[in-house]
Amino acid sequence: MNNMKVLVNGILKENPVFALLLGMCPTLGTTSSALNGMAMGLATTFVLICSNVVISSLKSLIPDQVRIPAFIVVIATFVTVVQMCMEAYVPALYASLGLFIPLIVVNCIVLGRAEAFAAKNSIFPSLFDGIGIGLGFTFALTLLGAVRELFGTGNLFGFSFMPEEYGSLIFVLAPGAFIALGYLIAIINKLRKA
Amino acid sequence: MLLSLTIICVVAGTLLAWVNTMTEGPIALSKAAALEEAIKNVTPPFDNNPVAEAYTTESSDGSPLLIYPATQNGIPVGVAVETYTMNGFSGEIRLIVGFDTDGKIINYSILQHAETPGLGSKMMDWFKTDKNKQSIVGRSLASGNLKVAKDGGDVDAITASTITSRAFLEAVNRAYSVYAGTDASTGTTGVDGESGATEQVDGETGATETEEGGEL
Repeated sequence: MNNMKVLVNGILKENPVFALLLGMCPTLGTTSSALNGMAMGLATTFVLICSNVVISSLKSLIPDQVRIPAFIVVIATFVTVVQMCMEAYVPALYASLGLFIPLIVVNCIVLGRAEAFAAKNSIFPSLFDGIGIGLGFTFALTLLGAVRELFGTGNLFGFSFMPEEYGSLIFVLAPGAFIALGYLIAIINKLRKA
Repeated sequence: MLLSLTIICVVAGTLLAWVNTMTEGPIALSKAAALEEAIKNVTPPFDNNPVAEAYTTESSDGSPLLIYPATQNGIPVGVAVETYTMNGFSGEIRLIVGFDTDGKIINYSILQHAETPGLGSKMMDWFKTDKNKQSIVGRSLASGNLKVAKDGGDVDAITASTITSRAFLEAVNRAYSVYAGTDASTGTTGVDGESGATEQVDGETGATETEEGGEL
């Protein structure tokens, strides 16, 4: 019951992108298409779940003074594992996301959840927090990627929805990411209040 | 404090070493498969092993380019040249270009790039799409390097991605220069007779070549 609350909390109330505004670098950088956004979100989710579980189970072993280096080592290890597995088994995805994968290490969401949640809670709540925040991040990135892909190129997940000529290039480029994100946050805030 | 951090690092290191050995094979395999696939795409049918017979030739700017010869029953049918450009919109573009024995472009395949998705990344298909003057397939560079229409050439650049298009053609021109054995390279604008700084390369094969002059 409590775990469910933690899970939903991560997706809606504390959505890392729409509510906490954390992890803006990968959010704006990788969402040029819905598929890229989703893949980045899922990769981050995997790292988040693993690091949350490991850190919450190790928290009594890690002295307070060295907790940040210890967290970073754990997170970096999982990120490198994801990177190597992706390069080995899904090279096509690695070709488009490869540049951003190492950035998950410094993604403040992962370290933020480790510090704010996993280091204070036991394994199971931390697991659900990882899943919740991860899914929230994936949802946000997919939505943002979908909006940019649709308005920028007229496609959605690679399927053509409208002729490419109607697409506006700015949405594919970085400024379009900011514009789309701003409007999405406004819409979601409005929905949340209603 | 020191102990716990050391233990964590040792465990992390061990895990990484294990994953590395696990994925090393598949990574090498997928890279080799991608290269083989690319070579197959850009050359006529062959029955030798171009990767094993690959050799390096230096272009005039001293950069070694890999050449994969394709032969059928021992007779050369074409070559695939692995070429590159550093002038892309976002860094290096690596591609492989195939020529038949007449020096005509058969096809090309992008190996690696970081161009803007939806803009520069269209080069994957743009230059082989038979529409207006987009396609470079079937063209021969014997009469001069390829240039985008904006620079007075006859290749249509990708809409809103002229820089990528220039860089792409530069790489193709570089590949051809190596293929043709003449050491002409660099510069997206190529031989055009009237404005060319002659670059004497090795005494007997001098290549006329316009140097890139801040046109980007």
